[in-house]
Amino acid sequence: MFALLNFSYLAAAVCFILGIKGMTKPKTAVRGNQMAAVGMLIAIVAALLHHQVVSYASIIAGMLLGGGIGVWLAKRTAMTQMPELVASLNGIGGAASVAVATSTWFNAQGAGMLGGSGWTTAIMASIVIGSVTLTGSLVAVLKLKGNLGDSRNNRLWQIVALTCLVAIVGGGASFITSATPNPMVLAVVVGLCLLLGVGLVQPIGGADMPVVVALLNAYSGLAGAATGFVLGNQGLIITGSLVGASGLILTAVMCKAMNRSLPNVLFGGAFGQTDQATGRQDEGD
Amino acid sequence: MEVFVLSFTIFILALFVGVELINKVPPTLHTPLMSGTNAISGIVVVGAIISAGSSNLSPTLAAILGFVAVTLASINIVAGFLVTDRMLNMFKRKG
Repeated sequence: MFALLNFSYLAAAVCFILGIKGMTKPKTAVRGNQMAAVGMLIAIVAALLHHQVVSYASIIAGMLLGGGIGVWLAKRTAMTQMPELVASLNGIGGAASVAVATSTWFNAQGAGMLGGSGWTTAIMASIVIGSVTLTGSLVAVLKLKGNLGDSRNNRLWQIVALTCLVAIVGGGASFITSATPNPMVLAVVVGLCLLLGVGLVQPIGGADMPVVVALLNAYSGLAGAATGFVLGNQGLIITGSLVGASGLILTAVMCKAMNRSLPNVLFGGAFGQTDQATGRQDEGD
Repeated sequence: MEVFVLSFTIFILALFVGVELINKVPPTLHTPLMSGTNAISGIVVVGAIISAGSSNLSPTLAAILGFVAVTLASINIVAGFLVTDRMLNMFKRKG
């Protein structure tokens, strides 16, 4: 059974690879997307057959609810609002990996079977990346919609982000090394990560949001890979890192198309020196 | 420990595959590709299913979070693939 499941995940990963490859050419793009969807179906069936899965009620309920909302979102959204929708889906994906990691941790704690420090590190990574993706995407959506203007207090947000980062590293380290981890520390770290996501994206100008969304997309892939390390699931690790790496490269390609450099997009606003002169001719992607 | 080493090997190799996959993407395909890979990152549903379906989820909180995870991941997957398909079909009609 173990071998069959892992071969299914491998088949799913191959579908994703061929799908992404197809999506890079206009001729094969539709087919590529369908291929990736087939891969997802294989992965879901494999997950349902996993030996740990014994109760299907909440899974089916969640899938019906989520699928319904998904169809409704996809049909209802106007073509011009696509970037916002992609950004919010990204945030939802980040939130999902936070939920998986925290659920796994609470379950292990309840059963008195917490893993070693490597396992806890993976839980932490999944939570940190997922929460940053969630609030970062939220800010990106608001900026794309124009509800949130460019911040005047970039320096302040930079300080907030830096403080959060230091606190997260400290809190995370104490959580990982502690023999009897406190759930409150976990809650505080999640809160700080949510704030960090805001602090990282808020100083970036609205015109650079597509690049930021691409980068957050890469993050959500990496969050999935971290979840794979938590569960010891190779299928998740392969697909998560695949999306993470291709997302990073896509980010770089998009930056190039916009005549911007990635560090410039990420930190240009934060240091108060925008380079309007060098390259804002080509703002749309 | 051995499992971790194996997992880590797979992780690094898959990163390289991801890097190699994307080269020379025409700018019109940037947004659909982003949306498509976003849908694929909904793979976290595998983790969500395993944690939501486990027997004796002990604190109620763990069960609630598992259900939330399945719901969120399903939204990501379904909307992601449908929207990507819609975008790509629009390009086809134009071209």
